[in-house]
Amino acid sequence: MRKRDRTPKTYTRLEYPLVRDSRDEPFRRATWDEALDRAARGLGAARGAFGLFSCARATNEMNYVAQKFARVVMGTNNVDSCNRTCHAPSVAGLSAAFGSGGGTSSYGEVEHTDLIVMWGSNARFAHPIFFQHVLKGIRNGARMYAVDPRRTSTAEWAESWLGLNVGTDIPMAHAIGREIIHAGLANHAFIERATTGFEEYKQLVEPWTLSLAEKVTGVPAAAIRELAHAYARAERAQMCWTLGITEHHNGTDNVRALINLSLLTGHVGRFGSGLQPLRGQNNVQGGGDMGAIPNRLPGFQDILDPDTRLKFESAWDTVIQPHYGLNLTEMFEAMEEGTLKAVYCIGENPAQSEADSEQAVRRMRALDFLVVQDIFLTKTAELADVVLPATAGWAETEGTTTNSERRVQRVRRAVIPPGEAREDIDILCDLASRLGHEWKYADSEAVWNELRSMSPDHFGMTYGRLEELQGIQWPCPDTDGLEPTYLHGRLWASDPAERGRLAPFGLVQHDPPVDLTDEDYPIRLTTGRRLDSYNTGVQSGSFASPLRRGEYVELCPEDAEHYGVVVGEEVQVSSRRGAVVAPVWIDPALRPGLAFMTMHFPDEVDTNQLTIEENCPIAGTAEFKASAIRIEKLPVATHVR
Amino acid sequence: MTVTPLGIPRRLLEFTLDGEPVRAPEGSTILDACRSAGKDIPTLCQGDTLTPKNACRVCVVEVEGSRTLVPACSRKAEAGMQVQTDTERARHSRKIVLELLASSVDLSTTPEVAGWLKEYEAKPDRFGPDAARLNEEPKVDNDLYVRDYDKCILCYKCVDACGDQWQNTFAISVVGRGFDARIAVEHDAPLTDSACVYCGNCIEVCPTGALSFKSEFDMRAAGTWDEAAQTETTTVCAYCGVGCNLTLHVQDNEIVKVTSPHDNPVTHGNLCIKGRFGYQHVQNRD
Amino acid sequence: MDLHFGDSKPTDEERAAVDALLGPPESSWEGADRSDADLRWARGGREARERRDLLLPGLHAVNDRIGWISEGALDYLCRRLTVPPAEAYGVATFYAMFSVKPRPATVLHVCTDLACAAAGASELCAGVEARLGLGSGVGVERSPCLGLCERAPAALAIKAGDPVRTAVSAPATVERAVLAASAPDSAPEEPSAALAVPQAGRAELVLLSRVGVVDPASLDDYRAHGGYTALRQAFAIGPAGVIREVTDAGLVGRGGAAFPTGRKWQATASQPDHPHYLVCNADESEPGTFKDRVVMEGDPYSLVEAMTIAAYAVGAHKGYLYLRGEYPRALQRLEHAIGQARARGLLGDDILGQGYAFDIEIRRGAGAYICGEETALFNSIEGYRGEPRSKPPFPVEKGLFGKPTAENNVETLVNVLPILTMGAQAYAAIGTGKSTGPKLFCVSGSVDRPGIYELPFGATLGELLDLAGVRKRLRAVLLGGAAGGFVRPDELDIPLTFEGTREAGTTLGSGVVLAFDDTVPLPRLLLRIAEFFRDESCGQCVPCRVGTVRQEEALHRIVERTGADAASDIALLREVGRAMKDASICGLGQTAWNAVESAIDRLGAYE
Repeated sequence: MRKRDRTPKTYTRLEYPLVRDSRDEPFRRATWDEALDRAARGLGAARGAFGLFSCARATNEMNYVAQKFARVVMGTNNVDSCNRTCHAPSVAGLSAAFGSGGGTSSYGEVEHTDLIVMWGSNARFAHPIFFQHVLKGIRNGARMYAVDPRRTSTAEWAESWLGLNVGTDIPMAHAIGREIIHAGLANHAFIERATTGFEEYKQLVEPWTLSLAEKVTGVPAAAIRELAHAYARAERAQMCWTLGITEHHNGTDNVRALINLSLLTGHVGRFGSGLQPLRGQNNVQGGGDMGAIPNRLPGFQDILDPDTRLKFESAWDTVIQPHYGLNLTEMFEAMEEGTLKAVYCIGENPAQSEADSEQAVRRMRALDFLVVQDIFLTKTAELADVVLPATAGWAETEGTTTNSERRVQRVRRAVIPPGEAREDIDILCDLASRLGHEWKYADSEAVWNELRSMSPDHFGMTYGRLEELQGIQWPCPDTDGLEPTYLHGRLWASDPAERGRLAPFGLVQHDPPVDLTDEDYPIRLTTGRRLDSYNTGVQSGSFASPLRRGEYVELCPEDAEHYGVVVGEEVQVSSRRGAVVAPVWIDPALRPGLAFMTMHFPDEVDTNQLTIEENCPIAGTAEFKASAIRIEKLPVATHVR
Repeated sequence: MTVTPLGIPRRLLEFTLDGEPVRAPEGSTILDACRSAGKDIPTLCQGDTLTPKNACRVCVVEVEGSRTLVPACSRKAEAGMQVQTDTERARHSRKIVLELLASSVDLSTTPEVAGWLKEYEAKPDRFGPDAARLNEEPKVDNDLYVRDYDKCILCYKCVDACGDQWQNTFAISVVGRGFDARIAVEHDAPLTDSACVYCGNCIEVCPTGALSFKSEFDMRAAGTWDEAAQTETTTVCAYCGVGCNLTLHVQDNEIVKVTSPHDNPVTHGNLCIKGRFGYQHVQNRD
Repeated sequence: MDLHFGDSKPTDEERAAVDALLGPPESSWEGADRSDADLRWARGGREARERRDLLLPGLHAVNDRIGWISEGALDYLCRRLTVPPAEAYGVATFYAMFSVKPRPATVLHVCTDLACAAAGASELCAGVEARLGLGSGVGVERSPCLGLCERAPAALAIKAGDPVRTAVSAPATVERAVLAASAPDSAPEEPSAALAVPQAGRAELVLLSRVGVVDPASLDDYRAHGGYTALRQAFAIGPAGVIREVTDAGLVGRGGAAFPTGRKWQATASQPDHPHYLVCNADESEPGTFKDRVVMEGDPYSLVEAMTIAAYAVGAHKGYLYLRGEYPRALQRLEHAIGQARARGLLGDDILGQGYAFDIEIRRGAGAYICGEETALFNSIEGYRGEPRSKPPFPVEKGLFGKPTAENNVETLVNVLPILTMGAQAYAAIGTGKSTGPKLFCVSGSVDRPGIYELPFGATLGELLDLAGVRKRLRAVLLGGAAGGFVRPDELDIPLTFEGTREAGTTLGSGVVLAFDDTVPLPRLLLRIAEFFRDESCGQCVPCRVGTVRQEEALHRIVERTGADAASDIALLREVGRAMKDASICGLGQTAWNAVESAIDRLGAYE
């Protein structure tokens, strides 16, 4: 059997505002004036207990205005987006090491490198066009190594695939580091010139012998050794990762462990050598760059820096809180505690995208006031008091987004939005006006020019140049020239002043997944994306993909035989948090004890009922990649929960 | 330490094009040089993102000293070369090639070909009513795109785009030999049983409309396809963070087709299934 | 590579056939049973992708064992070699000897080409087909020239199994062909190759001196008749010396293009890129040609020695011998000869103790005339469809596997032996000033003594035909095979040299001399030539792919017409022919109209 009958849920566009007087009532259509008045009233009442979820899918301009709304109108730094659920650890890890949260290399460099490590990344499915650059590199002679629990399509292209245990990335990285040091392959010239903490790092990794790493990761010592030598001996090397690294309770530590390897070998700050976290959403990079995160002002400028604050305070005629706001995860916790009472959620669907989704829904229900601004009536919007119909950022508005290689590119309006749907910026400005702040932006370019005046990294990017050059990568401090395609070339400078802040090794410890497997929950469930689907499927569910077969729990052939289940047979999948029923798929890329699911079809199988809300303390990202589950044939005989 | 490689500066070659001296950077093809000199030569199998296959032979020109005509699309310019683009001999071959194609393949959706047939006074009918044609029915085996091999000139571009030049999926190949050669997946199976990942990068390079979006195919069948009424707007894909540029082709406020600029540094004209086809959600209007 | 495989599985026998060639699979990712180790570490990448050139041998392995290539077998082979199934399918369907649909284990290939057609192939075919219908366990396939023209009509039976069995029936009768097909093991042994050489044993022979004289299986016998003195001489004068001798001897390629061999070798030897390859083109497929087969069957060591010398001259350490798939006896003789040479240190790491390493790998074609084109041949060896590449770059610069390659045909190579043993000057004294040395001619058709003739360049067509005993009522002679041209019976004084034939407005081609008497209807013959090109066009370029079809259609229309009734189609043929000649990628399309044109212009066909 190849496909089962499914009637996928498709969402239709919101065309007018919806309001309701109480949560028990159904929504009714409202005028914009009524909806905005209600929203302003509800939000205004919650000053001091307010949070804003900005949108990693909307334009830079919208994110700029949204964070300004939170900071100026609502007086809070509680602004964040779903980058928290995916790549916040990359930003946190990279900025801890280099002071800047972007990937250090560009796509084009992958084509001209000698070695590519794809770690916890099935880019062939999740980032197909980036993978085309990888393939160009491979065709040009680069060798690719894949580190992933599953032998994914990406891994099938590798010289060598290392199938490690879920959540053992740090042991693997440390063992590689130790091997590089012991083999005399560390780049001491770079270490001395550009890094700090090497001696501590050396001591830290010393216990991680290849044989210990083999025990912990499950990967043969010879394979780890080969990767260590290949990475250290390559003249140029790219380290690429995705959510397999970040979606762990210690995601930032994982990122630091990988960065350590680049510091150890000098594979950063040069053409062809660098670090590339592949971002999961069209503007997750830009959202952070625009300051739609609790700890940074636009241009990725630190909120704790008084000079920076002063610059923004005088430009915006306001006072900026001199401390970090709550991140998305903390905001959810604050809802639980009752200290966060109102949320303005723009274009996000946390009711389905958060780990332990049942808990997320319960918390949002407890809010005093929830405004959702979206193009669809999502599961999150169904919880709201006011729903505001917006435009689709990428096809119905003017503006810019920033991709994984820090390239700011123009998005343009191609179709007229349906019904009364309005652009996010206009809605935000109308709300601001109702709350006492008259903002006038003639168009998105006016917003962009305001941002340019505040962010040195974006100053050189006029709309005209963005058009002419098909996008510009940051930093771009002046309107004449372009910077190199890679970051941190400064680390190679001989002049210490030019070199700037040295990059510290991250002294991070292995910490296994929180949700342990045991007799009751013997199988490790990990999650990921499929080629033709995206996140919670709200966008991607609408086109008729011949590849799509709906949600399955994927098992290896041995486990399927062990449980006596066949392809298509529905089974109960339970974790310590919840249970779902899902049909079985058999994938030889898995091994015994390892199962795989996606979160693309939450209306069929809500995978996030199984995942664990166990968060990275630094970045707040949840451990989507590691839960412990049990598979039971239906009907389940005895319920032992 | 390594710096950004700019490549070795390219030398300029001097040669003669239709009696006029021209200069072209080393590595340029004759076609490149012709286009810089403002001369147009018909091409079908040549593509700006692909290595020339020079299979169609419609771009042949005369090079002094060469026994046969040479394909302008792939022959590199050489110093001192004498190239004639519009001799009777070259025109004759172009005309015959156009006649051979038009007599065997449905060229009704091939841009520019009608003008060339006229310009070269091609008369495909002269091979008679019994001249063999491909006689293929459109293959509609999925909801995203249609393979109408009656329109296929076997230019190999789809195979190259699906293969090692871009997508590396290798879902399709040229199968069989000679006039019976066709583009097919293994065992001539439907596309849905193949390695196809529906990136549509084959459609992007197809020069004849043999491969088309189902939306376009259906609208053409219904007589509603109207390129003159379409706008093309380039924006950025709404899915993952790679940042692919999409050109949305919009007719009556509906996205009817998605392409990508061939000179875009992110995509080089390529997309994945989500970027190419995942637009429907914005127009799920009541 | 992330390859996609269907649900079909190979049978045990199919798996065994592939494993016999490639060895057992090393991991479950390649098709072995799943092991814990496989699920933790998988190797792949460049090494896995670099086995593509084993695709054609793999397809042969399955086809030889089973008789056809199933989905499961193709998938398994692809998994073993990391080749995309769609591409492998494209390759499998390119070759006439493979089938991707079920068919009987035994296939009888009945030649219907020029010489055989003139010798009654159509009656043979009809008779055989009547006897071997459905349920006979034998499939009958009409085949292009099998290279057995001296014994026309011919048939070749191939019975799949382990090992594959073959039997040749030539001259074939219905009875004998049926016997060969139903019991190939008990079919009578083929006559000795010497019977194809009417001059066998004559002292003046140079290239054919050993055919019929030496035991083709015996290396010692070969050495007793002067074998390996040329190689010793080559080592004595060094690679540059060999190239100088070959250049001074005036040797030019015998495959049809007449390119100076010394220049080709010099150009290959001087390429800075390495490794260099030597490729022997033994894909003799031009209808009417069988000289290489006779040399390989009758004197196989001479080719092994000549390849060794050529490789030494161009700096190659690996040679490929691309042999026509329809030549089972040549394959067996050469495999034996190469094995013997290896055992005696005449191939391998240290040849003749000179510290020079060279070895030869035989690759079998699988039924595609186009693979005789040098670049198509490279693609075929590399495991791609045998489609010609565009030139430049030329093979001496980017040939097999993209590396500098010297490609020569069998006859050209064996000429190197007398050049080195007799010296360039003495060799150059044979023949004419511009065409030096001896030349082999494949004479068949309306002659009493068909076979291979060796004559010095410069003999006339008439002299050759007299030697072969040309029969009465000669109507036409086809020179150079299907890609060549016809001449009239009153043109027998044409000197058989490159320059002489060129002056006479015809071609020597590969040395085919096919005589037709007036019982053979010329339009039918032309139609057969047109069919041949239509069947053998690879389909890559438009002028050839569609042009050969339009040519055949026009010839079909006028097969019973003459004069004004044929005039408009003849005009059309000329126009299409001119474009094929001018604009096709390779020699196949460029020459596909030659024979027809010459028949119209020289013989007055359709007048």
